[in-house]
Amino acid sequence: MTPMLAQVGLHHYLILAAMLFVCGLATMMLKRNAIGILMGVELILNAANVNLVAFNRFRFAVDAGGTGGLRLDGQVFAIFVIILAAAEAAVALAIFLSFYNNFTTIDVERGTQLKG
Amino acid sequence: MMIQLLAQTTPQPPDAGASAVLFYLFAILAGASALGVVLSRNIVRTAVFLLFTLTAVAGLYFLLDAEFLAAVQLVVYAGGTLVLIIFGVMLTSKSPGIRYEPKIGEVAVAIGVSVVSAVALVMAIVRQFPANSASVERHPTIADLGQTLLGDYLIPFELISVLLLVVMIGAAYLAKARRREGRP
Repeated sequence: MTPMLAQVGLHHYLILAAMLFVCGLATMMLKRNAIGILMGVELILNAANVNLVAFNRFRFAVDAGGTGGLRLDGQVFAIFVIILAAAEAAVALAIFLSFYNNFTTIDVERGTQLKG
Repeated sequence: MMIQLLAQTTPQPPDAGASAVLFYLFAILAGASALGVVLSRNIVRTAVFLLFTLTAVAGLYFLLDAEFLAAVQLVVYAGGTLVLIIFGVMLTSKSPGIRYEPKIGEVAVAIGVSVVSAVALVMAIVRQFPANSASVERHPTIADLGQTLLGDYLIPFELISVLLLVVMIGAAYLAKARRREGRP
């Protein structure tokens, strides 16, 4: 294996995260099933998480002024993003269930008269 | 020649080759599964592809020295959120004969926007972040993560627990089964 390929750096992770983001974007645009759109959102959040952790690993995880601790702000942000994604999925699925109870479908094209 | 090549690769840790192989394995798995999420027509298969993507991203977290985050990804995301999504699929999959096929114009717009964003992002990354090696003094531990989470981020940590309570109550209220004639 050549040394350039053997040395995995920051830009490898960034390009992978960009690919995940683009796949999530395409999923959100292509799916008409509301749960499929939710899966696209999850892909985009994962791409953001990969970016946060990779930047934290390669650019930021240095000793913070001799206090003996490492700065792990990127990982903390990623944990918050995971928690918020779980909360968002719960609320979105509750809304979709309510929508399905009223319209017997979760096609987002039929959601134009959603009210009350 | 050989000695020069060895001298170039000396500063790397001895397991750089193995971790590179693992990175490409997880990256290819994540990218292929994400493509499967985009291209799959069956919503259950889409969910399974999303599971593979989440698992591969957890492996990448292991490679990035974020072991706790990888465990959280596996437990909360792959074990919790994805099961929630699959329950949603099961509860809403009785739509009579409706095919969720996108229109041709939507497909064209989606492909155009995706290709343009992919090219722009990759060009920006390659130009902005040239290849560099990682230089960390020591590997971060879970103790460091705990110090950061309960030190600087104590207030957000407490706030997000309140948010989880609000979300639980709100989701239970929204998903409450209502009879149709009972609607106002």
